[in-house]
Amino acid sequence: MINSKLETALNNNKFAITAELAPPKGTDFSRILGIAQELFQYVDAVNVTDFQSASVKATSLALCIELANRGIQPVLQITGRDRNRIAIQGELLSAAHFGIQNILCLTGDHPTSGDNPEAKPVFELDAIGILKTAETLMKGIDLGRNELSPPFPQFYCGAVTSPEYSPIELELIQMKKKIKMGAKFFQTQGVFDIKTVEDFSNQTKDMNTNILIGIIPLKSPGMARFMNRKVPGIEVPDNLIHLLEKSSNKTEEGIKIAADFIMELKDRKICNGVHIMAIGAEDNVLKILDKAGLIG
Amino acid sequence: MVITKNKDYNEILKSLGNNKNIIILGCSECASVCKTGGEDQVVDLKKYLETNNKNVQNTKVLSTSCNFLLSKKELKELKDDLTNCDVVISMSCGNGVQTVSDILNQQVVPANDTLFVGEKIRSGIFEENCRTCGECLLGRTAAICPVTRCAKGLLNGPCGGAKYGKCEVNEENDCAWIEIYNRLLELDKVELLEEVYPIRSYSESSSKRSINNRRKK
Repeated sequence: MINSKLETALNNNKFAITAELAPPKGTDFSRILGIAQELFQYVDAVNVTDFQSASVKATSLALCIELANRGIQPVLQITGRDRNRIAIQGELLSAAHFGIQNILCLTGDHPTSGDNPEAKPVFELDAIGILKTAETLMKGIDLGRNELSPPFPQFYCGAVTSPEYSPIELELIQMKKKIKMGAKFFQTQGVFDIKTVEDFSNQTKDMNTNILIGIIPLKSPGMARFMNRKVPGIEVPDNLIHLLEKSSNKTEEGIKIAADFIMELKDRKICNGVHIMAIGAEDNVLKILDKAGLIG
Repeated sequence: MVITKNKDYNEILKSLGNNKNIIILGCSECASVCKTGGEDQVVDLKKYLETNNKNVQNTKVLSTSCNFLLSKKELKELKDDLTNCDVVISMSCGNGVQTVSDILNQQVVPANDTLFVGEKIRSGIFEENCRTCGECLLGRTAAICPVTRCAKGLLNGPCGGAKYGKCEVNEENDCAWIEIYNRLLELDKVELLEEVYPIRSYSESSSKRSINNRRKK
């Protein structure tokens, strides 16, 4: 089995880069696969979201398989919202069959925030339960204590965290539990303030884990204000909103803000890498990496 | 306490179909507190049905509808009326309706919708706080139930979706896990959150539950 490139990068203290892609709401994967093809040589793994924002799309596993078949290492995102323990274990075994090692375990947004709000939520396992499940499967048994046929799956599991969460002490307790259950890396909610990362770096120093800071390129001041109002864990500082307001090319300004932030994070060595979430504007990821000097 | 609300009288009337002779049973326990099955509500429903050409033969507020033996005894007093009646209306919780139905050889219809196990905060204000999950973890959660109060029913801490301490599903609700954290902080017991709660088994609670303490071991 090929080793996880992300794991190797983090173990070798390389500044790791991941980017997030979403499966389409439809049956044609060509656009998203095209973006992945362009990106993959510059990133350590490509995250594939699991029914992002609780909305119906093709599955994370399907796009992960397409990526793996092209030699692009994915991070399979898996939530507890839509699957009980039987389905989650089946999904993880299937991922392992296709050589998918990187798994990001999440609790998941509630169906009411998505495009099929009438759906019955599952949440039998939360992020911590899914981590525990992956760990159990790696030992060759399932959660019902039944033996698996060899070879047993090998996963490199991660989880999410939110540096702007309030109260942060509670989030830190959650992180410790996730580490205890096998999380080897964390990808964070989008952060915009270097001070937040500094504080978070200090608060998590003793955990000896890998933290990839979330980067969301801003597209407009309206988007920033909306996220501040509505999106948990997002705090875009006023000075960035002013920069966007003054700019004649807001997308370019957003790309520049993201690239500058990444360069600062890398220079100051206050995190182990970045995770870029260019929600709906995945074409911009390459531009950000280029501007941040992470290409070539 | 089991919290109930009255169905629309019109809906109750419809459930009677063409049946004419009716008996109304109330319940002096929870349904009385909820004002959905006490003396006043029984009288109220009786009046409504009579103005809609039903013949309400008799009414009775049972002491505890869901107590099988006690209700059986109390219903004996209505024996004659029961033989002649077409439909019995039970103004109790869903359990009371079924207990009465188990006792009687009659069609029994509910007057109430059963909502939740909850607390009476003050007159007319009730709140759900227990889902009767069968595995109480209040001892680790500062006596705040995450199964009920967390929209995702999470057992191992918050999902991270709270904004300004409010639940991502309903901005009017506080995040149960932040409430738990704050109360544990006050009690100086935050370490209770550090332990991982094991993955729960649902095999016991997924079918009808019963207890028989008389069964020989």
